Parts: sequence; C-alpha cells; structure tokens
Amino acid sequence: MALLEIKDLHAEVDGKPILKGIDLTIEPGEVHAIMGPNGSGKSTLSYVLAGRDGYEVTGGSIKFDGKDLLEMEADERAVAGIFLAFQYPVELPGVGGMTFLKEALNARRKAAGEDEIDAMGFLKLVRAKAKTLEITDEMLKRAVNVGFSGGEKKRNEILQMAVLEPMLCVLDETDSGLDIDALKIVSDGVNALRAEGRSMLVITHYQRLLNHIVPDKVHVLAQGKIRRTGGKELALELEQKGYADFVEAA
Amino acid sequence: MAATADTVRQVEDVTGGAYKYGFVTDIEADVAPKGLDESTIRFISAKKEEPEWLLEWRLKAFEQWKRMIEPEWAKVDYERIDYQDIHYYSAPKQKDGPKSLDEVDPELLATYAKLGIPLKEQELLAGVVAVDAVFDSVSVATTYKKELEKKGIVFCSISEAVREHPDLVKRYLGSVVPVADNYFACLNSAVFTDGSFVYIPKGVRCPMELSTYFRINAQNTGQFERTLIIADEGSYVSYLEGCTAPQRDENQLHAAVVELVTLDDAQIKYSTVQNWYPGDENGKGGIYNFVTKRGACRGKRSKISWTQVETGSAITWKYPSCILQGDDSVGEFYSVAITNNAQQADTGTKMIHLGKNTRSTIISKGISAGRADNTYRGLVRISKKAEGARNYTQCDSLLIGDKCGAHTVPYIESKNPTARIEHEATTSKISEDQLFYCLSRGLSAEQAVSLIVNGFCKEVMKELPMEFAVEAQKLIGISLEGSVG
Repeated sequence: MALLEIKDLHAEVDGKPILKGIDLTIEPGEVHAIMGPNGSGKSTLSYVLAGRDGYEVTGGSIKFDGKDLLEMEADERAVAGIFLAFQYPVELPGVGGMTFLKEALNARRKAAGEDEIDAMGFLKLVRAKAKTLEITDEMLKRAVNVGFSGGEKKRNEILQMAVLEPMLCVLDETDSGLDIDALKIVSDGVNALRAEGRSMLVITHYQRLLNHIVPDKVHVLAQGKIRRTGGKELALELEQKGYADFVEAA
Repeated sequence: MAATADTVRQVEDVTGGAYKYGFVTDIEADVAPKGLDESTIRFISAKKEEPEWLLEWRLKAFEQWKRMIEPEWAKVDYERIDYQDIHYYSAPKQKDGPKSLDEVDPELLATYAKLGIPLKEQELLAGVVAVDAVFDSVSVATTYKKELEKKGIVFCSISEAVREHPDLVKRYLGSVVPVADNYFACLNSAVFTDGSFVYIPKGVRCPMELSTYFRINAQNTGQFERTLIIADEGSYVSYLEGCTAPQRDENQLHAAVVELVTLDDAQIKYSTVQNWYPGDENGKGGIYNFVTKRGACRGKRSKISWTQVETGSAITWKYPSCILQGDDSVGEFYSVAITNNAQQADTGTKMIHLGKNTRSTIISKGISAGRADNTYRGLVRISKKAEGARNYTQCDSLLIGDKCGAHTVPYIESKNPTARIEHEATTSKISEDQLFYCLSRGLSAEQAVSLIVNGFCKEVMKELPMEFAVEAQKLIGISLEGSVG
C-alpha cells in the first residue's frame, strides 16, 4: 500500500485556485522531490498536506496510510505521522524548546497508545539527536525559535523531526537561507532519518539540496499541476535549462 | 448519605466542563439571617466572642460605610449588589472550635481533599506548606501550628489572634488599610468574619510556605475575610493564598482586606492563585471579587512582593499595593490576569514611594479571550522626599479572538526630579502562524493556547513558589478552554 496517495487534488486560497489537479503517489521509504518556480503551488501543497486553515480543498482526495487525510484536523495528522518542516519556523516567545518538544512527543505517543516519556528518557533522547545536528544544550534551553539564526531555525526543525519520528516528512524549502556548511549539517540530519517505511517529500527551488538528499523521484510542479516526473537526473536537467519550458507549456 | 452521592455527581458534571471546583458540600451550617444592620454586626461579634474594642471598631466602620457610596470608576459592569440580600455569617456547625485536625468534620476534610488541599498533616508535603483553611466565614483548620510555634511564629485564624495576641492585632489592624479607606474595605471592617494572621518574630526566616485556602460554600453568602501579616525586623515569610467556590447561578460577593507590614530588613512574599467561580459562558453567576490588598514597607530595606494569578471570578477588582515608607525599601507586583467568556477584570497596583531610594517593579500580563474585558490600572507616585526613587513598569496584553478587550490605564505622578520611571506596554494577539505551528506538531488547539499563554506569562510564573506554579500553569490552560475554535 502506498503511504501517500494524492488524486486529482484541487485547492484554493482566498478563493483563488492554486492547485489544479495533482496526482502523486509515494511508497513507503521513498524520497520524492518537488521542484518548481515561485508561485507554482509548492508551499500550498505542503500546507494542504499538514491541514492548515484557509487552504481549502475543492476537489480530489488524499489518502495517508490508508486513512482519508482530508477528514483529519491538523493536530490529528501530526500525531498520525505527518511532519512539516517549515520554510519559516515560527517563534514562540517564552515557550521553552524542551517543553514544546516534550508535549509534541507525548501527544504522538498518546495517539499511538504509548505511555508518556519520562523526563530522564526524554533528555537523553533529545541530547543524542541534538548532537548530530550540532545543537547545543544552550540552544535547547531557549524559547522556540526566538533569537535563532536562519540556520539554527532549520536545524531545530530537523531536531523536532528526528525526535517525533514521523512516517512522512514534508520539507518545505529547508535549504533556503542556509550556507554550505549548514546545508550539510541539515542534509546529514535528514539522511540519518531515511529509513524503510519512512517517506519524504522534499520541496525545493534548487538542485543543490538534492546532491545531499538524493531523491528517488523528482516532480516538476508548475502552475498548480505536476508537469513532469523523472529520476534524480531530472533535477540536473532543470538546473541547466530552468523552468521556462514548463511555464510556457502551461 | 444521598447528599454525598449528589456531590460526587456534581463534581463529575463539572470536571467534564471548565470549572472543576463547582461542587457544594452538604454540611450543617450556622448562618446569620440575611441582611445587614447593627444587630448583624453584634451577632457576628458575639459569635466570635470578641472583646468590646473590636465590636466598637466594627460599629464605627459600619457607621462610616452607611454614609459611603459604592464606587463606579472601574471599567466593570455589573448589576448593583443588594446588601440586604446577603448572609454575613455562615459557619460549619461544630460544638466547639476544633482543638486538633482529628476533630475537624470529616466532610470538611473530604472537601479540601477534593480541592487538592490535604489538611491532614501527614498528607502534606513533608512540611513544605502549612495551611489555614477558611470555609465560608470561619477558619476550620490550621496545620503545623506547633512546629511553627517553636520558632515563635504565629500562624492562626484572625479570630484566634484577637484572643491570643490582642496587642499585635490592636496595633496593626487597620493601620495599612484604614477603616474607611474605600467602600468595600469599610464594609469588610464592619463584618469581617475570619481570615489568617501571621506574625514572624525578629530575625526569623519562616521555614515553610504559609498558605490559606478560601472556600465559599453556602448560598447567598458573602465572604469577608481579613488577613494580617506582620514581618518583624529581619524576618522573611512566603505566603500563599488560594480560593474556589461552588458553581451557582447567582453572584456572590467576596470583599476581603489584606494588610501586610514589614519592619527593617524584613520581607514578605505574597502569592495568590485566584480561581473563584467565574460564572458560565453567558456571564450568569460567578464571584464578585472586590478586594483591598496593601502592604506597608515601614522598615528600611524591607521588601514586599505581590504575585497574583487571577483566572477566576465574574469580576475582579483589586490593586495589591505597596507603600514604600522605609528608605531603600522595595515593592514588586507580578500579575497574570486571565479573562474568558464574559469575565471582567480591572486590576493593577499602586506603588507609593515615600522613602529615599525606594524601588518598585511592576510586571503585568493581561490575557483576554471570548467577550471578556481586561484592564490594567496602576499608579506610581513618587513623593517629594523620595530622593532617587525608581520604578519599572511593563504591561503586556494578549488577545485571543476579536471580541475581547484589553485596556491599560497607567497613572504616574512624580514630585521629585531625581526619580526614574520607566513604562513599557505591548498588545499582541496569538497569531495564526503560532497556532498552526503548534498544531502541526500534534498539539491540540487547547494545548497550543495554554503553552503560548504560559510562555507569555513566564516572567510572572517564575515568581511563584514551585508547588503553586504547577497548579497555576494547569489553571491557565483550563481557564482558556474553548477560547479558540
């Protein structure tokens, strides 16, 4: 069974149609990349998957792990195993990063019928994951994303992802605003999470991220539709030719 | 007993909803007839076997109160109170006052256990907190008394203090909040029934938190408690106050007076978690919390610190204040006021700088949701002689939804050119981005709001003693249930 099955998905924002018939199937363990020009609907697709208010689905269906995703609220989708790494992670003043992460993890465990994690076990888990992402204890103590640099914010997203162990990771332009070193750290973090049964949807403008996170499939999204699907070599082709063909074709 | 089953059912009913403490305890009570005149005051005084001077004091207050007019300046809206439709005295029936906890009515102990306030000493956290429990009009139990007596600390009901320590009571009662200070304080002076009394002797650091737990149970009963805390030279005490009331359709009046006095180098830390029944979502019922709280830093280098988390009551109207008389004395006010549904709060503080180099800090966090109104009203006054006085004020308001209101009304009066006064204020909303970010991590909308609001209040919450902070955090979550759809 496919992990994610999107069929003829139409969605609009403020009454304006953005997604105009998306078909996309992701099998367990696969990494798919979605590339496309600005305004093609990449971020809209990620918000629709995560269930954000205001992103209205007007047609089509999404099945996630056999369930009707469109029937689920945003928090239900999260505990069911969908994780969205934000392009612009949001600041939560005064909310400790560890507190936030612990509540999130316990929400996921509760949904899975597991007990809450104890304080020591949690600390150990987070420290281990934080280390590979070069996140210091001092950073963990800060309020969520407050006063973080662009790179720190992105690393923090991946840390959350690593702790929550989702089934589907949606990475929305995780490479934006990262220098080469930060890109490497983040990519390593993501690659460490690649596993059988865990799928990823990597949204990006640029091919360079895909040198680090090598996808099984690449899709070109332009003007609300997937215009072409290929292997990882498609990303290289796009790097050379740009998106002009697809924009014109639409 | 059938009534007990009823109570249990009521508890179950309300725990499903918002207010968890709305149950009624079925207990025989000794009640004064409704209404207020001289005979009511004589009745209360006689019930408490008070000395003549206190009766005179009460009667004088009553005479003055009759000539006063109920104030209307606060930004709160309510139906006028019929002062003749209230019982001014209600006490759980008991032949004599309980000599020890073993003599306290088990029904009462059960009530407090249900509220999470264990009164049996062996159940209390290994001597961390001593509790005085006030049920309707009287103090029903004070724990750890003996332990405290060894250090010379007096912690008892004010009725007992009147009998056992008349000199202290006579000297300080009404010395911070004068009898005719304001309408509600004056009413309280006439009819106060019980409350807590604390005296910390010279140089003693109170080894545990002292706590009073107030519970209004009887119907149509006003609660008029009076608290007096005196910290003698070089002493320290941390005092906690908590309160709940049953869920009833009619409004109930709570008009308390709290007076604090610190002498040279003494320090009082006074923390309140106020969770009176706030009324239902349409604004029916709930407590009118019209309270006068004031502390006098009489001594040099003394300090009074108020921390309050106000989540309950239909209307909250109070300004815990500091009179900074002693040179180098310090006043602090940390406040979280949450209003949801139809609740109204007009709260803040007064910092009156009289001594040299006196310092005050005000951190106020107001949160409004539903159709609620939340006002910060504060006064910083620097007198002519308060050379080098300093004040820092920060007022932050957080709005949830678009039908609530937040208002900030700071008054600043400085008569001394050397004073330094800072005022910062912000108003913000919980953003869609913040909510969605939390949801996308699997938190429910309620969890998200609770987390964000607790983050917003962090500077105040960290001032609360540990055991209280945990309770307060949960309370914030409960108070805001249903505020986002």
